[in-house]
Amino acid sequence: MSQGAQDGKFFSRGKLQEIREDLHKALTKGDKKWDKRKTILKRVLANMTMGNDMASLWGDIMECLNTPVFEVKKMIYLYVMNYARIKADQIDPAIRSLLQDANDRNPLLRALAIRTLAYIPLPIAMESLCDPLRHSLRESDPYVRKTAAICVAKMYMFDHRMCEREGLVNSLRAQMMDENVTVVANAMAALSEIQERGDTQLIKLNASTALKLTVALNESSEWGQIYILEALMNFVPQRPDDALALGKKLSIRLQNTNSAIVLTTIKVLLYLMNYMNDRDEIEELCHKMGPPLVTLLSSGPEVQYVALRNILLIIQRRPTILRNDVRVFFTKYNDPIYVKLAKLEIMYRLATENNYKEVLVELGQSAAEADVDFARKAVRSIGRLAIKVPNSSDRCIGLLLELIKSDASYVVQEAAVVIKDIFRRYPSEYESVIPQLCAKLDLITEDPESKAAIIWILGQYADRIDNSHELLDDLAYTFLEETKEVQFALLTAVVKLFIRKPQEAQGLVAKVLQVATEEVDNPDLRDRGYMYWRLLSSHASAAKDIVLVNMPPISTDTDRMERGALDQLLLHTASLGSIYHKNPEGFIRTARPKYLADSPALNSTSRAVLVRAPDLNAPTQLPAPASILPTTPSGIRELAGSPLLGDIGEDEGAPAPMSMGQLVDDGDGEDDPSAGITGNGAAAERTSSQYDPYAELGAVLGAADGDDTDSARRREESEPLF
Amino acid sequence: MISGFFIFNQKGEVLISRLYRTDLKRSVADVFRVQVVSNTDVRSPIITLGSTSFFHVRVANVYVLAVTKCNTNAALVFEFIYRFISIAKSYFGKLDEEAVKNNFVMIYELIDEILDFGYPQNSEIETLKHYITSESVRSETALRDDSKIAAQTTGSTSWRRTGIRYKKNEAFVDVVEVVHLLMSASGTVLRADVTGQVLMRAYLTGMPECKFGLNDKVVLQNARRAEGETYEAGTVELEDAQFHQCVRLNMFDTDRSITFIPPDGEFELMRYRAESSVHLPLRIQPIVTEVGKTHVDYTIAVKANFNTKLSATEVVIRIPTPLNTTQVDCKSPAGKAKYVPAENLIRWQIPRIQGGSEVTLSATASLTQTTDRKPWQRPPIDVDFQVLMFTASGLLVRYLKVYEKSGYNSVKWVRYLTKANGSYQIRF
Repeated sequence: MSQGAQDGKFFSRGKLQEIREDLHKALTKGDKKWDKRKTILKRVLANMTMGNDMASLWGDIMECLNTPVFEVKKMIYLYVMNYARIKADQIDPAIRSLLQDANDRNPLLRALAIRTLAYIPLPIAMESLCDPLRHSLRESDPYVRKTAAICVAKMYMFDHRMCEREGLVNSLRAQMMDENVTVVANAMAALSEIQERGDTQLIKLNASTALKLTVALNESSEWGQIYILEALMNFVPQRPDDALALGKKLSIRLQNTNSAIVLTTIKVLLYLMNYMNDRDEIEELCHKMGPPLVTLLSSGPEVQYVALRNILLIIQRRPTILRNDVRVFFTKYNDPIYVKLAKLEIMYRLATENNYKEVLVELGQSAAEADVDFARKAVRSIGRLAIKVPNSSDRCIGLLLELIKSDASYVVQEAAVVIKDIFRRYPSEYESVIPQLCAKLDLITEDPESKAAIIWILGQYADRIDNSHELLDDLAYTFLEETKEVQFALLTAVVKLFIRKPQEAQGLVAKVLQVATEEVDNPDLRDRGYMYWRLLSSHASAAKDIVLVNMPPISTDTDRMERGALDQLLLHTASLGSIYHKNPEGFIRTARPKYLADSPALNSTSRAVLVRAPDLNAPTQLPAPASILPTTPSGIRELAGSPLLGDIGEDEGAPAPMSMGQLVDDGDGEDDPSAGITGNGAAAERTSSQYDPYAELGAVLGAADGDDTDSARRREESEPLF
Repeated sequence: MISGFFIFNQKGEVLISRLYRTDLKRSVADVFRVQVVSNTDVRSPIITLGSTSFFHVRVANVYVLAVTKCNTNAALVFEFIYRFISIAKSYFGKLDEEAVKNNFVMIYELIDEILDFGYPQNSEIETLKHYITSESVRSETALRDDSKIAAQTTGSTSWRRTGIRYKKNEAFVDVVEVVHLLMSASGTVLRADVTGQVLMRAYLTGMPECKFGLNDKVVLQNARRAEGETYEAGTVELEDAQFHQCVRLNMFDTDRSITFIPPDGEFELMRYRAESSVHLPLRIQPIVTEVGKTHVDYTIAVKANFNTKLSATEVVIRIPTPLNTTQVDCKSPAGKAKYVPAENLIRWQIPRIQGGSEVTLSATASLTQTTDRKPWQRPPIDVDFQVLMFTASGLLVRYLKVYEKSGYNSVKWVRYLTKANGSYQIRF
């Protein structure tokens, strides 16, 4: 069509004076076919795009407003939208022209006029918009009506009082019944947004209106379908049959090529399932979801990523979906890293007694990949798999030993961490591998978590490792330079060593206790040191029972997200929240929490775990950081996907909306030094959940860890950027 | 919803900047430049900083970016960006820095139309082309058309305008299949599936009702088949099928019929996926042996596993070599094989392989001494090819019926193509 356009030449800095003179010439000396104006305006827009200030041309450009050409008008209006705020005092001619166009015979121009006027963030523009907008909402042309619907939302965002006072929200509600589906869809979109900002429930649906909307879906454009599907989330079924009938009608939407329609349909279906009671029917619907979800994996990588992160949530709530499809999540060599990481998590989750062999081969491949982060997570997944699927543990250990032969330090480090967990899960089964791991000790440097893990192994199995005292002695040499996590591990390991091999360790334990109590600044570490010191000096026999107590086994039960929290999170399917596995109010300032609504139809399992809206009248209590620490051994939680999983759990206990401040608290809680205590049962396993291998996934700044969230927030507040 | 839409070049310069909401400032572009454009290790297509989220897609030498401040439907944002890209390609022939700069005014016009306050609006290419054009000198006579356009963009068949006329009524159907293969080192198929597209170019008069038939047995799980049940010979089992919005999904749900009023011109009618009985057109048998630390020997056999009347074309086989390879000695009876040091692979290019035939490459890679203790990762061998008039799934078009009230006759053409493009991988 217009391959011939050569507007690229305008992308060079234009001198204001020059442009102004050219414009004057065009205005005074005739402008055949308006070509000169077009050229000049293009130059202005190109400069505006590049960030050069063109505001001082305002007056001159206003003189072109009467040009009766669509293209010129569109360019001028674009300019107006851009500089209206700065030129608020000279806005009148632009508004006059827009109001005139809003009465034009041409519907496209009428729509352009109100659309543009509503983009001008000035009270005078909004005031003059009221009348034409009210008229447009009811006029004969559907194109203008659908544009007007969105304009109401624009005005509401600017001044919600005026919008309500002028009765525009009510007119918009009337549009829900419009004969034209595009108008209905846009009205739904606008109302949903207004509802999200305001306090009133604007979209009220009963079983029959909801079904009527499904008919509108048939005729709607693809985007319109999404707006209508989103609006259907406002329908709270009162009878299980209503939920089922609607679900069945909607399930055909899964056959659309637009991934957003597929995922939004799944969101509505998963929501409705909470109100269904026929298990077979629910299964039937679940079955329909599987294939379209797999098909999303043949979209572009960005959509694949969105789909994968959602799949990870969906299969936790509805495990039958994709149960037999683990192969489709095998990574391709050329998948982008974010797709690979997301697939890895799903592979682990879909691994069972039946397919673990294939999965292990895949994980082995992944562990050999060049991307360090990915390889680390693959190694970690192998360890998790050993714990999740008991039959697989022999092979997992074998594979881990194979992998550490590569001598890649990060592989050895991760392997140390997971082997420690495997020891905990299957005590005394794999101790024969200790020598092989110890042989790689020199590769475990820097990374504190793996260092702490290997130290734990050395302490725990001190009597079975011939030179354990020498190795620990070496490690303790740099005690003061270590992170507190490693220091805690060392302290405990040395005490264990002393109890097991009193002769060899006497000197070492004295040295470490002395350093820990005298030279360390961290009060917790000092306290721990004193505690051991007194224990060993006053009750040496009791010390053995306390320090070498049998530890409760760990499991992967805590991998799974709480059912109620999942139900809540799934209300955000397809959205950012579902990608970060985090309720949006936790990371978006304006977002409001959503809750599954109670109704007579809500099935008993969903009701049992219902996450309720907080009672605003009740005094809100911030949970103390300590309460975030699980009271039972948490075992392995990493693969549950989000480092903020803890928050979601916490959110359940005290469902006050999360604030950023609380997130930061959580981060501190995770760093709680008591987490480093090993050999003391309860808190021992925190070490394994401290480092979340998926923390950086999605490069979510907020999700990475508490500190980052905090700094991101600070950055945001200090810069006037946003 | 979307608060801002931008296009950047590789240097991070802004080529298009449109803010839809006041919750965003232009300077947000600087954040993107720092976080993505000048970041060498971007690990996600979505980046969230505070409440601001950046969704980007890279095409050629530009970044297309949508910025939001709320918990947006992420699938919708990416679908919209994809749609914008396809609209731009259709309008300008390509989407790169040059095309964006040369058409920036029209891009502004387009994104003003297809995105209102951040809500995607009708973005059917054929419809847009009727009112967003470069020669938009509009006169009063255009007014009647404008009313029609307005009606069409909001109508129930928003993808087709009324009054289309062709002298010759024709419809072309292209069935394009992409085969995905992941074969293990031991020669077992880890994964083989086909994603197919039915593309249509419809040049038909009026408002034609089309009915489309395949030799499929769409399983689609809702007609869950009993264990072990088989279908009559010659039918293909599809795991999933998804359709263009013109297809009446309720009809498909009741009797599996695919009926629609097509958009004018080119569109994707259907997308499908098949997993069972995938016919792999090329069989690759690699034998790769590491001889001590100095050499790697390759014998790569390729067998064309299809009808002798057909042939595979544009075959490119990429065979990875160790990182410390100094040179490779290749011998092949067919095509050209060449060591590409920059990519650490042997690129074996064969213009044509006749069905049923077999070709073999033997090569030896010489290695230098290395201090790297890590063993060679052995990335998979990757094969690209095309086979015309062949479907790996076995799918065939049975019929395409066109009814129009004027009762004209139409000519229909069908073509099949199976290809692999970075998706056919063999481990060794």
